[in-house]
Amino acid sequence: MDLSTTYMGLKLRSPLVPSASPLSQRLEDLQKLEEAGAGAVVMFSIFEEQIHHDAEALDHLMSAGAESFAEALSYFPDLGAYQVGPEQYLDLVHRASQRLSIPVIGSLNGMSPEGWIGYAKRIEEAGARALELNVYYIATDPGQDGASVERMYEDVVRAVCAAVSIPVAVKIGPFFSSIAHMARRIERAGAKGLVMFNRFYQPDFDLDEMEVRSDLHLSSPTEMRLPLRWIAILHGRVGLSLAATTGVHSGLDAVKMILAGADVVQVCSALLRNGIGHLRTMQQEMEVWMADKEYESVAQMRGAMSQRAVANPAAFERANYIRILEEYKSRYTIA
Amino acid sequence: MDQSKIVIMDGNEAAAHIAHKTNEVCAIYPITPSSNMGEWADQWSAEGRTNIWGTVPIVIEMQSEGGAAGAVHGALQTGALATTFTASQGLLLMVPNMYKIAGELTPTVFHVSARTVATHALSIFGDHSDVMAVRQTGFALLASASVQEVMDLALIAQAATLESRVPFVHFFDGFRTSHEVQKIELVDDDQIRAMIPDELVIAHRRRAMNPDRPVLRGTAQNPDFFFQARERANPFYAACPGIVQSVMDRFARLTGRSYHLFDYHGAPDAERVIVLMGSGAETVWSTVRAMNAAGEKVGVVRVRLFRPFSTDAFVAALPRTVRAIAVLDRMKEPGASGEPLYQDVVTALGEHAMAGRLPYALPRVIGGRYGLSGKEFTPAMVKAVFDELAKPEPRNHFTVGIRDDISGTSLEYDPTYIIEPDNVVRAMFFGLGADGTVGANKNSIKIIGEETEMYAQGYFVYDSKKAGSRTVSHLRFGPDPIASPYLIESANFVACHQFVFLDQIDMLRYAKPGAVFLLNSSPWKPEEVWDHLPRKVQEDIISKRLKFYAIDGSRVAIEAGMGGRVNTIMQTCFFAISGVLPREEAIEKIKASIRKTYGRKGEEIVQKNFRAVDMTLDRLREVPVPAAATATRDLPPPVSHEAPAFVREVLAPILSGRGDELPVSAMPVDGTFPTATAQWEKRNISLFVPVWDAELCIQCGNCSLVCPHACIRAKRVPPEALVGAPAGFPSAEWKDRERPGLQYVLGIAIEDCTGCALCVEACPKKSKEQVGRKAINMAEKEPIHAAGRAWWEFFLRLPDTDRRELDLGSVRDLQFARPLFEFSGACTGCGETPYVRILSQLFGDRALIANATGCSSIYGGNLPTTPWCVDAEGRGPTWSNSLFEDNAEFGLGFRLTIDKHREFAMEMLQRRRDEIGPELVDALSSSPQSTEAEIAAQRARIAELMKILARMDDPEARRLEAVAGHLVRRSVWMLGGDGWAYDIGYGGLDHVLATGRNVNVLVMDTEVYSNTGGQASKSTPRGAVAKFAASGKPAGKKDLGMMAMCYGNIYVARVALGANPRQTLQAFLEAEAYDGPSLIIAYCHCIAHGINMQKGLDQQKLAVQSGHWPLYRYNPALAAHGRNPLIIDSKPPAIPVRAYAYNETRYKMLAMARPDEAERLMQLAQADVDQRWKLYQRWMAADETQPAGAQAG
Repeated sequence: MDLSTTYMGLKLRSPLVPSASPLSQRLEDLQKLEEAGAGAVVMFSIFEEQIHHDAEALDHLMSAGAESFAEALSYFPDLGAYQVGPEQYLDLVHRASQRLSIPVIGSLNGMSPEGWIGYAKRIEEAGARALELNVYYIATDPGQDGASVERMYEDVVRAVCAAVSIPVAVKIGPFFSSIAHMARRIERAGAKGLVMFNRFYQPDFDLDEMEVRSDLHLSSPTEMRLPLRWIAILHGRVGLSLAATTGVHSGLDAVKMILAGADVVQVCSALLRNGIGHLRTMQQEMEVWMADKEYESVAQMRGAMSQRAVANPAAFERANYIRILEEYKSRYTIA
Repeated sequence: MDQSKIVIMDGNEAAAHIAHKTNEVCAIYPITPSSNMGEWADQWSAEGRTNIWGTVPIVIEMQSEGGAAGAVHGALQTGALATTFTASQGLLLMVPNMYKIAGELTPTVFHVSARTVATHALSIFGDHSDVMAVRQTGFALLASASVQEVMDLALIAQAATLESRVPFVHFFDGFRTSHEVQKIELVDDDQIRAMIPDELVIAHRRRAMNPDRPVLRGTAQNPDFFFQARERANPFYAACPGIVQSVMDRFARLTGRSYHLFDYHGAPDAERVIVLMGSGAETVWSTVRAMNAAGEKVGVVRVRLFRPFSTDAFVAALPRTVRAIAVLDRMKEPGASGEPLYQDVVTALGEHAMAGRLPYALPRVIGGRYGLSGKEFTPAMVKAVFDELAKPEPRNHFTVGIRDDISGTSLEYDPTYIIEPDNVVRAMFFGLGADGTVGANKNSIKIIGEETEMYAQGYFVYDSKKAGSRTVSHLRFGPDPIASPYLIESANFVACHQFVFLDQIDMLRYAKPGAVFLLNSSPWKPEEVWDHLPRKVQEDIISKRLKFYAIDGSRVAIEAGMGGRVNTIMQTCFFAISGVLPREEAIEKIKASIRKTYGRKGEEIVQKNFRAVDMTLDRLREVPVPAAATATRDLPPPVSHEAPAFVREVLAPILSGRGDELPVSAMPVDGTFPTATAQWEKRNISLFVPVWDAELCIQCGNCSLVCPHACIRAKRVPPEALVGAPAGFPSAEWKDRERPGLQYVLGIAIEDCTGCALCVEACPKKSKEQVGRKAINMAEKEPIHAAGRAWWEFFLRLPDTDRRELDLGSVRDLQFARPLFEFSGACTGCGETPYVRILSQLFGDRALIANATGCSSIYGGNLPTTPWCVDAEGRGPTWSNSLFEDNAEFGLGFRLTIDKHREFAMEMLQRRRDEIGPELVDALSSSPQSTEAEIAAQRARIAELMKILARMDDPEARRLEAVAGHLVRRSVWMLGGDGWAYDIGYGGLDHVLATGRNVNVLVMDTEVYSNTGGQASKSTPRGAVAKFAASGKPAGKKDLGMMAMCYGNIYVARVALGANPRQTLQAFLEAEAYDGPSLIIAYCHCIAHGINMQKGLDQQKLAVQSGHWPLYRYNPALAAHGRNPLIIDSKPPAIPVRAYAYNETRYKMLAMARPDEAERLMQLAQADVDQRWKLYQRWMAADETQPAGAQAG
């Protein structure tokens, strides 16, 4: 059975790819992911903002109170160089690229144009075989229109793609007026892959302390519907490699994504919840299903249930919505 | 000067450089102003820097200077090259070992940044009282006068000690030379090697203790031969000066810098000569040059080698024309016939004259004192001394630099005598500690010193406050070496980095006519600033024809992302307008230097500084100066007119920077000062202050409980007390069913607040409509300043709550107990002072406090003002600091007095029982005084007793009157930090606790030596970075509480106010009530932890939750009732240690610099916590069934 796939020109042995997550923070875990059958691995995201924040905090807290009081002109010894920049991250990318035989994909969340380009280059230099741009942007300014947000995405993608020679994927959120159009613009800006969708951290309220809590909860399988639809719609309509992410918890979920048209299926919450070994289970589930349905390769499956391939393309569109509502009403409404 | 060897450094670094290069063992202990030498050595060894033999010296921190000297002694005895660095009391603690080291003819050099020895008061500043106190030990004393000399003579001392076998103290003036930044020439490794012959090192090793060729040393000897043995060393001392001179000559051949035992400079035919040593000699030399140029026949003898004192070399150094000599000593020896150098000079001349070997007529010799505790010593004072020498009957045993209107010792001097050459740029910068001014100026010196041919000098003056402290930077740049070790008196550039200083400091008095004045005009724009200047400032600008530049610097800082740090901005302005360097070149160099300084901390920091530079050049403006002053606003008085006379007449001049002008008569004779003086200072250092929302408030008392500066107070008063309140004075109905009808008021001292916002953090009440708003919120001060001041003044006049009504164990009631510790100079958000304030609220009116040297002695007792204060009856804590190491013993002495005097009083009462009245005597003798009501009743009885005694006319009545006060239960407290309790004072503390006497110890545990800049103590936890533990503290934290518990009869509590305030109060009350020794170990977050101080209380919670800081009380009184004395007040560890630790820079910086080592230590730290919790559980289970944590609330 041939599980191999091609993602942005990279030949992968499996479509199952652990997405950017805490599991890529240690080399040992990366090696375990490889052993568990991962086709590639996406490193956790380096956040330009976080780097700046760490640098600022270190500078501020180390110098607070210094040169103020005669007996204590400083409060800390000088340890020389501090890894406040991306060095630690780049070092890990470098070591992982050396040690692993599967491609290591860097992930970057920039803030400034210099940050996007500068860090992208350094991730490439560190040995990453591809780069995922984690464009995490929440437009809160009522004065900013959607067009300018889209332009910003496009500019970032174009700038980074011009700066590096490794393939670049863009991880987007679902909040665009026209996702299909956005995908095309991203492609035209030079990207080779599209990752759908980013799960933005959502705030929650602590009702005891009356405070806003920003914690991350793991995805649930129902969340995969959204990427499933858009993978199915975009498959065959854009030249981008498609990566599905969010809500993929089992091998059967992965099968669905591939049938919709995904070139790779990214997994995160399921591994955090069940451990790295779950990746192998997922692969086995896929293989069982494929054997059952007599599929010989992932390539054969890919897009088999995309919008263009299914008998009722409207299932992915608004008409589908009406049908669901009707079904719902007939099931739950007492006549 | 060899440009390739140019370095910019201060004296401490220069000494440490040679010491680290020429030694194998450095045993160190922090003490100001020498700590930096040890810090450099420690850092260099941590970085792997080697000595000249290619091996990295061992640097070890000891528990005290006595310990350091002992370790050095042992290392020397076994053949290592060993050194130490110290000053002041530290050197005194080394004295016993110094006698031994010298008696055994052991080569070593102790590098000493000479500092005042504490007498009537402590002083961190420089004079020679410490080094003069070791002149009898047998150590040679070699004095350096400048930073270059420090480096040179440090090496000369090292070479000379190896050759002579006489140990050396190499000293230089603390807080002058030690901290003066100068451009000097480095002595490189090859030169050092050429000065230190290997054969001498090997000879030292051959003399070492070695079991392969055993010897016996350190013996006991009897009267029959001790004396002879002592005299046996004479030839070594006789040879020593000659050896030193030959080493100096060798050094001169290597470097071109020539030194002599006594260096004479001045007119070859001088008639008047000053003899002195240390940095003052530079000032005299500069003045001599100026006076010689004016045709005066004067000269100076600079003493290098003070011990052994070569009388021959001294006599030979003087010009044969000499007629009168003034010997200046930078110390005071009360009762002596003269200070030490004076006596040696007199003896040298006298002996030579008596022996007929004086090659000139015996000159007149006078001696004088100058520069005690770093008092300025200027050319004007030098001139006064020379003028005195010209008189037919010059005054002997004079002082210079002060006005002695009591004993008449002082010489008059003309402060307008200034000899600064025109080609020297003299710049003064008035800044805040927090705005980065000093750092930027040090940077400017590096830029100019390293990258141009110019010479540079920097000296920095700090005030003694830790929050909102002011700094004054004195920078000189010029084409010739700068030998002016005194503050600038006439500046051609004056910069004011904070607009508010214009109201507080008369800085333009230093500006010479035509000088440049640069002002950070924020909050005003340069275009509008003129009208906002005080009248005096306007007048000075006009009359001195100053060129006035301004920039809205704080706004630029905010816009550039620099926060409150205007350093880069003001530095850029300096380079843009001072003309020290061509403007373009200067800006380029600033940027290069920014990259060098901040590059390691991340590119963003570099870029924001670059932005600041560019924006500055765009926004700097020259302000047109009108012909006449227009302002109507004058400088406000430094203190209120309502302040007591002593405050107005003595403290106020000190506060306004005119302390030097106070005469001797203004000073108390014995160092005794009044308390309750901080209230007059009104520092107004925070732009943001808390504002109370009376309606929202639930009156819990948390805000006042956590306020480090006692700026938030509560009172509950009858409504009629509020009649006449100023407009808008907030109050609310007191929400308590027991005492209905009262009004609750919260007073906020907005002029004393430091803006830490801990109160807001601690407030539990959020607005229902807007949860970000609490019952107390920070607001901009300026709009509410006038009203807030009026409210506070009215609040103070409201009556205090009767202490008898209060349950002092409850946070809610404690807020009504008046703090007798207020407005200290501690850091913004200090973690220590809330405990001190609580102590003062609970027991202050009957407390005697012994305070170990450290942060608490500085914010508690660094004059001019003190936060310790009094209640409405005038009672309050009486406070003293003895030393660092002896605080427990010092406090025990208080207890012994009280116990004795109480016993003595009781004896007298019993003897006079019938006369005084049996009922009164019995009541006085038997009152338990365990409640506030009982204490009040006892005070009333004593008042009654005093009345009766007043009517009795016999000596015993007078004797009883003198001690009867101790019939009120006294509360003896020993306060100090972990440096004291865990390290230097531990032996004494242990002994005092073991005496079983009723004393109370409060250890404010910041887990480092906070006051001296964060050196590791035995309390420092594993994995935390501290000075002297630059690679992360490898060993675990000492469990002081557990050690004390082992005695069984000591009350021990471990508390953290932020985690459990009620437990803290309980511990204080139980400790004080316990009739025996009590030890409270209090977690204190600290600026040296590298945290956001506003979150200090949260960090305390995490410390407890992680198990790093378990809360417990061990009360032996419970054992008497058959209960387990140990009660664990915190729950089992619920979060990993790293979740607590990595909020703090002291841990995180190691993870950022050496992640693998950080991880290893963090795992061990976790194991420490886990094991200790198990141990406590076992202790709990030892004789009880109660599991640990069962009491957790």
